[in-house]
Amino acid sequence: MEYSTDLLNALVLVSNYVLIPALSYGSQLALGAVGVTLVFGILRFANFAHGEMMSFGCMVAIFTTWWFQSMGISSGIFPTAILALPFAILITGLLAVAIDRSVFSFYRKRRSRPVTFVVASVGVMFMLNGLVRILIGTDEIIFRDGQKFLIKAGAFKKMTGLSEGLALKQTQVLTFVLAVISVLVLFWFLRRTRTGKAMRAFSDNEDLSLLSGINPERVVLVTWIIAASLATLAGVLYGLDKSFKPMVFFHMLLPIFAAAIVGGIGQPLGAILGGYVVAFSEITATYAFKKFIKYLAPGDFVPDGLVQFLTTEYKFAVSFLILVLVLLVRPTGILRGKVL
Amino acid sequence: MSYLIGEQLSGGYGGGADIIRDCTISVDKGQIAVVVGPNGAGKSTAMKALLGMINLREGRVLLDGQDISSMSPQQRVAEGMAFVPQNQNVFVTMTVEENLEMGAFLRRDDITETMEQVFDLFPVLKTKRSQIAGELSGGQRQQVAVGRALMTKPTVLMLDEPTAGVSPIVMDELFDRIIEIKRIGIAILMVEQNARQALNIADRGFVLVTGENRFTDTGEALLANEEVRKSFLGG
Repeated sequence: MEYSTDLLNALVLVSNYVLIPALSYGSQLALGAVGVTLVFGILRFANFAHGEMMSFGCMVAIFTTWWFQSMGISSGIFPTAILALPFAILITGLLAVAIDRSVFSFYRKRRSRPVTFVVASVGVMFMLNGLVRILIGTDEIIFRDGQKFLIKAGAFKKMTGLSEGLALKQTQVLTFVLAVISVLVLFWFLRRTRTGKAMRAFSDNEDLSLLSGINPERVVLVTWIIAASLATLAGVLYGLDKSFKPMVFFHMLLPIFAAAIVGGIGQPLGAILGGYVVAFSEITATYAFKKFIKYLAPGDFVPDGLVQFLTTEYKFAVSFLILVLVLLVRPTGILRGKVL
Repeated sequence: MSYLIGEQLSGGYGGGADIIRDCTISVDKGQIAVVVGPNGAGKSTAMKALLGMINLREGRVLLDGQDISSMSPQQRVAEGMAFVPQNQNVFVTMTVEENLEMGAFLRRDDITETMEQVFDLFPVLKTKRSQIAGELSGGQRQQVAVGRALMTKPTVLMLDEPTAGVSPIVMDELFDRIIEIKRIGIAILMVEQNARQALNIADRGFVLVTGENRFTDTGEALLANEEVRKSFLGG
């Protein structure tokens, strides 16, 4: 009896600190990685400005949220930012298209090499980063409102009688649900619609798609709009879940690229898998399992150390490690994408 | 006057040297025209010139009497010219059916009838319609490639070495199908390495050497020509 309680406590503990956070963080990475992978598949370059696109989208959502709040508009128990999402997506989409028209289309016409595009995207990244910091400042911003918790740790303890509490934030559920919905819509779009199939054909074989009469500029346009929408969604969900800091999205570039490459670059499904692989690895590797082992170990055994593989400061090293391992062992990624 | 004519074409890739010089190639509806010649003779280049994929310095391309020399390849596809490249001629990550759908991308009408016609021509594709094209055998891939090109309901079908890398049996089979396509009334222009077999089914043959026309005649006459036999058909 006592051991089964211990087992439940261990389970709740690991759900609270590893499973749930990794699911929501993984969803945010997955949304970001799908955008990177789509741009890579269609435009054939690694877009370093993707993280800043998330940042910009989140910033627009924050401004819109403040504007709504000043007019007294809210969405009840849900964060106002959810109402702001469509506006943020629209404006970020326009921005992405404007950047493509003014920067990337120039290099497309000259048929520049992919590395030229990558360097241009680094330029765009710095530009957007600066723009965001000028517009909204460099402070940390918490813009979440509405109901914070679906399940509170204390209430959970009281309800179950366990000594470990389980907290479930609304933003975590929202992140997961919105990520699943948008990914399903994206896959339906790519598999079933004419434009979606044209995008896949263009990614598969550019010359043959031109011979089939597919308009490359239209494919590129739709790709940017989708990438910007996913980036905005990912940025807003991340910002709601944690907080908004302009530099955070710059740091997120590494795990996002790791996710896209681990899954197989150019493969949307792979990017999603990759997002969860990276998130789970990062959080598992930086979680201290001391208490977990205490619950599971027989008798009164308590580990001496924290049983923590890496301290949380090193969480980005985990993405890097996964990236290096994948490139060494299986360069095409889980789902056999293109080789970089 | 033939349906499709490339008149005295000279040109090459980018700003480079001319690969074809004063080269004339033509084909009529319901005919098979074959371009043969040794390696590096500019056979594929001549075909690409007709589709507008190289820089023409001289000459013009006429389709049904209309000068299309200034059109982009995409515009020419819309005008009824279909092209099957030699390599990478299918969408390897897409199903057979999706490959055919992409072939018909420019069409806004119902494509099911054309798809049925392609399936009648290549029955094996019907049984494999949901299979990924990259998983098919070489011969089946060629069928998908030709099928994709036929989906636009073209008036001209251009094939760049359709039998490269397939077995002799598959080659015979493919040539039979090409004859069937010709009977629908489509003009077929083909570049071939297997010169003898190709000239056998050709109504018109063009022997190209170093980018210039060396012989132009019916397939039969070229096969009978002593000099052509000796120099290009191995005796």
